Amino acid sequence: MTLTHSLTRRARAPRIAGRTVPPRRSRGAWARRAPLLPALIFMIVVTQLPFVGTVAISFMRWNALEPDHKAFAGLDNYKEAVTDPQLRSSLLTTVTLTVTVVLVSLALGLGLALLLDRRFRGRGLVRTMLITPFLVVPVASALLWKHALYNATYGLINGSLTWLWSLFGSDDPPQPDWLSSLPMMSVEASLIWQWTPFMMLILLAGLQSRPLDAVEAARMDGATTWQIFRYLTFPHLRRYLELAALLGSIYVVQNFDAVFTLTGGGLGTANLPYTVYETFYQAHDYGQASAEGVIVVLCSLLVGSFALRTVSSLLREETR
Amino acid sequence: MATTTADAPVVRRRRGALGLLAWLCGVLFFLPVAWMVLTSLHSESDAATNPPSLGAPLTLQGYREFFGASTGVSPWPPLINSFSASLMSTLLVLVLSIPAAYALSIKPVRKWSDAMFFFLSTKMLPAVAGLLPIYLIAKNSGLLDNVALLVILYTSMNLPIAVWMMRSFLAEVPVEILEAASIDGAGLPTVLARIVAPVVAPGIAATSLICFIFSWNELLFARVLTGVVAGTAPVFLTGFVTSQGLFLAKVCAAAVCVSLPVLIAGFAAQDKLVQGLSLGAVK
Repeated sequence: MTLTHSLTRRARAPRIAGRTVPPRRSRGAWARRAPLLPALIFMIVVTQLPFVGTVAISFMRWNALEPDHKAFAGLDNYKEAVTDPQLRSSLLTTVTLTVTVVLVSLALGLGLALLLDRRFRGRGLVRTMLITPFLVVPVASALLWKHALYNATYGLINGSLTWLWSLFGSDDPPQPDWLSSLPMMSVEASLIWQWTPFMMLILLAGLQSRPLDAVEAARMDGATTWQIFRYLTFPHLRRYLELAALLGSIYVVQNFDAVFTLTGGGLGTANLPYTVYETFYQAHDYGQASAEGVIVVLCSLLVGSFALRTVSSLLREETR
Repeated sequence: MATTTADAPVVRRRRGALGLLAWLCGVLFFLPVAWMVLTSLHSESDAATNPPSLGAPLTLQGYREFFGASTGVSPWPPLINSFSASLMSTLLVLVLSIPAAYALSIKPVRKWSDAMFFFLSTKMLPAVAGLLPIYLIAKNSGLLDNVALLVILYTSMNLPIAVWMMRSFLAEVPVEILEAASIDGAGLPTVLARIVAPVVAPGIAATSLICFIFSWNELLFARVLTGVVAGTAPVFLTGFVTSQGLFLAKVCAAAVCVSLPVLIAGFAAQDKLVQGLSLGAVK
């Protein structure tokens, strides 16, 4: 197995370079570090430096529409951001959206992975059908949901309702306008559709890496299917569940495409990335947008440190 | 598997039911995509009906419209921009991530996990947090609306994932063989070409594929930092929808065309995709 394999190996392998050329150790260390540097420097320049810029601008009064009023603003932008009900509601939206989408798609993904883990006719085809939503370009899938599925007059959902009702002889089917009556749920449903396959793929890989002899032995000893799941499969899957949840959250927290396309941030669906985008790109309030950006980063740090702890346990397991 | 004859039919029936359930779920998840393809092949008036018209005659009108039949707006420049930005950034990611992963796995530097966490933590920094300074720098240096800028940003977006993936693939290279080779007097280039490359080649392919897909899909950077010249396919899609008249077939045709490269690549590399998406943690 990948996770355990590399570390046992590392423990076994004494450092060849260190053994053969002890006096040139510092040079060897640099030679070892050198291949890492381009990537490291690139990441610092492209991601960390701009953020320093964001912090600097966040203390300025700077609206691109009034270039003459550029000035130092102290904490004004932050005061405004913290008291802004819109930012607060988008913070709440981000949390709701991320938690709902990740948990529901994780649960659905687990169910689908368990189904696909068994042998049945056409399994390969079903698997291919199931991963398709993940492979559709996010903007394209947002457009698909908005116009071909949710549309109140000719979308597939309402069209199917009409058809179903007509089966029972009714010509008065419910035709809700999904995006305006249930905006959050509509965004969530499209994202769950998109992310369930991702969760399923990781969990399926986890299921298939499970040691089958233990399951077989448990079955011989008379364990029920539920007991096997509860005491063997689930503990083995935990790591994969955490990994899937972590990676899913990284992407769903930052979702922009679905919010931008489906509702345009209206009706309480604006999440943090969209709100910052709007302040910067539409309102041209650079100072304000930067303060919001810094707040977003502070929130992400909170969540991120938790997530990193999860990964570090993964990594430690690998290096043990 | 040893099942007693008494419960065999029950087990078989249950297994059949679960297989059917799997099929049902598969069809349900696939339905929107199938609907997208079907709608793209209908005329505008057949596409926008309630209840849906399944048996309407098929036509390529939507695709003709997408390729600019009546408006004269060609989708080729954005598609080419997407393709070149994704391809170039994928190559740059490989050039940067493979040596880094090598330093982090085969000859690990001290405190290597700190470097790993630094890379991963940049993925948790929301993209919007650095967007404004990048926009201002690009504007002042004339890089705005330029594919090169997207290449740099997409590289920074994918590099952390690529380092994690490549490290786990490189960790699969058996060190005993490396040792044996260097004792036999093989130089670094020989070792890399003869021993490391064959083992990690599929990993490199998976990494490239995932970087390409994420770059191809990206909207936020492209939307803010490009305009008429360097706009990518997703930006083109968002600008595609006008509120005038019927456009459903055309939108679906556009969505199919833009998604097609990713769909084909993804179907072809399903297994590698899993290993890559989990940062190489699962096989």
